[in-house]
Amino acid sequence: MKTLWRIEQDAVDGICRLGIDDPSHAVNLLSVAALDELDTRLDEIESGLSTGLASGPHAHPITGLIIESRKAKGFIAGADVGEFDRLADPSEAERHIRRVHALLARIEDLPIPTLALIHDVCLGGGLELALACRYRIASDDPATKLGFPEVRLGIFPGYGGTWRAIRTLGPVAAMQAMLTGKTYSARQAQRMGLVDRVLPQRQLETGARDLIRAAPLPSRASFSQRLPNLTPVRGWVAQRMTRRTAAKVRQEHYPAPFALIEHWRANGDNSRGLLDGEARRVPELLLGETSTNLRRIFHLQERLKALSGAEVLRPQRVHVVGAGVMGGDIAAWCALNGLTVTLQDLSLDQIGSAMKRAHRLFEQRLRDPRLVRAAWDRLIPDPDGEGLPRTDLVIEAVAEQAELKQCLFAEIETRVPEHALLATNTSSIPLERIGEGLRDPGRLVGLHFFNPVARMQLVEVVQGTATRTESIQRGLAAVRALDRLPLPVRSSPGFLVNRVLMPYLLEAVDLLDEGVSIAAIDKAAVDYGMPMGPLALADTVGLDICLAVADTLGPTLTAPEETPERLHRMVADGRLGKKSGQGFYRYRDGQAVHESIPHGDRPPHDLTERMIFRLLNECVACLREGVVEDPDLLDAGVVFGTGFAPHRGGPLHEIAQGGWERMRERLDALQRDHGRHFRPDRGWQLTPAGLYRGGH
Amino acid sequence: MNQHTRPNTRPVYLVDGCRTPFLKARGVPGPFTAADLAVGAGRPLLLRQPFPPEAIDEVILGCVVPSSEEMNVARIAALRLGCSERTPAWTVQRNCASGLQALDSAAQSIGSGRADLVLAGGTEAMSHAPVLFGRAFVEWLGNWSRARSLTARGRLLAQLRPHDLAPVIGLLKGLTDPIVGLSMGQTAEHLAWRFGIDRPSMDRFALRSHQRLGTAISDHVFSAEITPLIAPDGTAYTQDEGYRADSDLAQLGALRPVFDRPTGTVTAGNSAQVTDGAALLLLASEEAVERWDLTVLAQLMDIQWAALDPTEMGLGPVHAMAPLLRRQGLATADIDVFEINEAFAAQVLACQEVWSDRHYREEVLGDEPDQAIPDDALNPEGGAIAIGHPVGASGARLALHLALSMKRRGLIRGVASLCIGGGQGGALLLRAEGGMP
Repeated sequence: MKTLWRIEQDAVDGICRLGIDDPSHAVNLLSVAALDELDTRLDEIESGLSTGLASGPHAHPITGLIIESRKAKGFIAGADVGEFDRLADPSEAERHIRRVHALLARIEDLPIPTLALIHDVCLGGGLELALACRYRIASDDPATKLGFPEVRLGIFPGYGGTWRAIRTLGPVAAMQAMLTGKTYSARQAQRMGLVDRVLPQRQLETGARDLIRAAPLPSRASFSQRLPNLTPVRGWVAQRMTRRTAAKVRQEHYPAPFALIEHWRANGDNSRGLLDGEARRVPELLLGETSTNLRRIFHLQERLKALSGAEVLRPQRVHVVGAGVMGGDIAAWCALNGLTVTLQDLSLDQIGSAMKRAHRLFEQRLRDPRLVRAAWDRLIPDPDGEGLPRTDLVIEAVAEQAELKQCLFAEIETRVPEHALLATNTSSIPLERIGEGLRDPGRLVGLHFFNPVARMQLVEVVQGTATRTESIQRGLAAVRALDRLPLPVRSSPGFLVNRVLMPYLLEAVDLLDEGVSIAAIDKAAVDYGMPMGPLALADTVGLDICLAVADTLGPTLTAPEETPERLHRMVADGRLGKKSGQGFYRYRDGQAVHESIPHGDRPPHDLTERMIFRLLNECVACLREGVVEDPDLLDAGVVFGTGFAPHRGGPLHEIAQGGWERMRERLDALQRDHGRHFRPDRGWQLTPAGLYRGGH
Repeated sequence: MNQHTRPNTRPVYLVDGCRTPFLKARGVPGPFTAADLAVGAGRPLLLRQPFPPEAIDEVILGCVVPSSEEMNVARIAALRLGCSERTPAWTVQRNCASGLQALDSAAQSIGSGRADLVLAGGTEAMSHAPVLFGRAFVEWLGNWSRARSLTARGRLLAQLRPHDLAPVIGLLKGLTDPIVGLSMGQTAEHLAWRFGIDRPSMDRFALRSHQRLGTAISDHVFSAEITPLIAPDGTAYTQDEGYRADSDLAQLGALRPVFDRPTGTVTAGNSAQVTDGAALLLLASEEAVERWDLTVLAQLMDIQWAALDPTEMGLGPVHAMAPLLRRQGLATADIDVFEINEAFAAQVLACQEVWSDRHYREEVLGDEPDQAIPDDALNPEGGAIAIGHPVGASGARLALHLALSMKRRGLIRGVASLCIGGGQGGALLLRAEGGMP
């Protein structure tokens, strides 16, 4: 058996240090193996309390226990999510939870001071373990993050977290932390009362021993913080929490936060009720559809992260050409992530406004003025392209004109070092065309970022016919260096994300033309679980851009569609969406003025299906054509690129859940009712297995 | 010092340089600190070099009034520029010639073989000059922190007078000679009085400075010298802000004297402008030039320092240039360009006057008078009156501009010189690479 936990006792003061190093993961996880071994270690501690761990003349009673990580980075990042997938039924999950409850109770009941020493991440189960200790000390390192991310996986804390967080923080702060899944810095955690002391790394150990020796009373929520827990108040507070949660997410999509509030309302009186409630409620959620799908998305995310091998060189210097919205924001994002960036543009004012946005981004994300300045110093305005001779990566983000890009790359190629990777952010021009003027087109990849760069996690890494595999590998590595999720796609019109979004947007415009109200259309999509409706999305992207993409992409869709007249008209009238203040919506101070669904408006019964099925149909086409390699990558791309309802686990997963045959029949029916835009792709004729194998 | 021997050292080359636009101080702290300015000038300079920033052996910057947040601003700039953590950096202070002192120190390092590649120059954010508490108030604060009881504190509060709270503007304090008690402007008034330089000739000189700068700007002379700066608010600064295209004699004549009121002659119009700016140069040994295949702009032939009566600090350039030329066996006619810092029009005119004045040269300097410095050869592309004078940076700016203009115009020898508050002068002799000795 692997050894995860190691225990040592100090011969002088008798304090024990119990440290974890999980050799099978980059960060420590509270896996079953880790829990099993913790069990054994606790036996040793309990039996050695008065005699000490070592026998012999120097034996010393155990005077305190420090729980820590023996990895350089990370305390404990939570439970092993992969293990949840193997749980067969709720009773097995319940047994597991009750066992962890017992384990943590043993730590809590030790007659000696116990302390969790936290450096770097301390999340979920890791934080629940820390809360079972009498004290917590966190390092002031910016990497230190504490929180309960469980709700993002469709569950809530089940290792006694609901009880101990409420005991320590009071119900309002505790519920807020658990409902939002927010992570807190060490200082924030200290202000909330989650940790007792925040110290520089060099003082952690001394500080821990000092706190154990001083042995003050453990920190607990104050009287006023505990007030909302009183039965009559609790119901009222819970009701308010439910209302506020419902304003953000829908219960049928995301049951966990609602279940958590109800759990607290019903069981909040004491530890027994809360622990028991966890053991009964969490397994149900865990095996429910939402959590299963959210865990699927979590695994897909891990898969995208792992696409880039650690051995592939990551760029350190980036040269961005074009300081428009995309180029400027890409440059800023690169500098934020520690790369040295040179930003080239013909217009100094353009560079200036990009630098201004960059500075705002640095201030928002980094806060510490010294870090802001360092990021600012890494972003170098470079009107003459002096950064080219030493760059590792060039990202081109100039206007979408093939000749311009060709000329630019031909010139760039003569100035960059041999090893530099060339990348274009084009969304509509074939890579093969851009690479025409290059001596070595094999070094050209597409790195297709989405707007806004700082919020969109996905970057499509585009492989043209000439692109070398090694260049793709380096493209994937570059995206990881920027802390984004890379999706390898083949160079075909619209790649994956724009391609599947387009028919969905076009259908929304068709519906509008049929007289359905804007509000009804967007509401249908949001009700389905999309982050925003298609018309609001089009406004955000910009209707001029939508028009350009629709013109090039429309004819190539599996069920081709000409760009609706309305879109042409709106762009001609200067109604470009959010940026012009008027698109499908009107904007005041950058905020859409929402109109309610007109009274008596009876949207068609198949409104949602019409939009979603066109998206699903295009996904099938993309898979059949091999735009992405496999269905999981497709689901990952669509979820992280479009925000496609994460709780549904991805579009192809949605088709699989609905039943391949049944879904195809539904599409046939839509074609009968609404015509050729719903013509099923040829991929539907294959068996799912055949399609998934990549049959063409 | 022995005036007939040359120190036996390795040659020192000026290979490249870059400066920021000089930004007018507007009474509030400008958008850039001294370190920001140095980084702004240094980044594009280092970016275009064939060597990485880590290859630099030493960083030396002149700065007269470093802010309390940027002590040893050279080290801050070096680290922010991506020089190695193991690259030593230091800041030098020789008042108005701090930038020239940095070049001298760099040349010494290279000449003696201690370094091969030195980033040197100067930076000054005059608009960030500190505002200080007066001495009386500082003492009061000290007493306050010691006072324990309420009555003691009450008594102290009662002692406080409004005028104790009046701030001391650090910049004004710094521009006043502590020995003779004259402000720099008053030393210029003194020279004007002593040599009979009248207001119209000062104003004409000032106007000429603007006009020459204007011509140089329209000839795009500065595209090789100035790098744009971008502030966090997105504003791009591309040009020196002191230049006034619409300046004329009537306007200049209407300005009131600033230093000797009301009858003096030195005005804001015929004095150097208070500005923020930085100029950075790369100096290299022969080995470094060969190793990195660098293009040499000019060779740093010699530097001379001199000192004189603080009241006449404006004549410092004459005191420094005379022995410099003598040591090199050169005369006025051998020098193609003179860049003499325009602290005050009166002061430069006085320098020009005494340079060829037999009486002054013999009596004061104990040497022979030289031919007059021709107007055409003196600051041919404008000077600090139009461009501005960020005190710590000016010496480096003069050297950079001199080297670039000599190269552009195919000239061979040039001298850059400054007067120094406190009664000193410094002068530098450059020889264009490729020019005949």
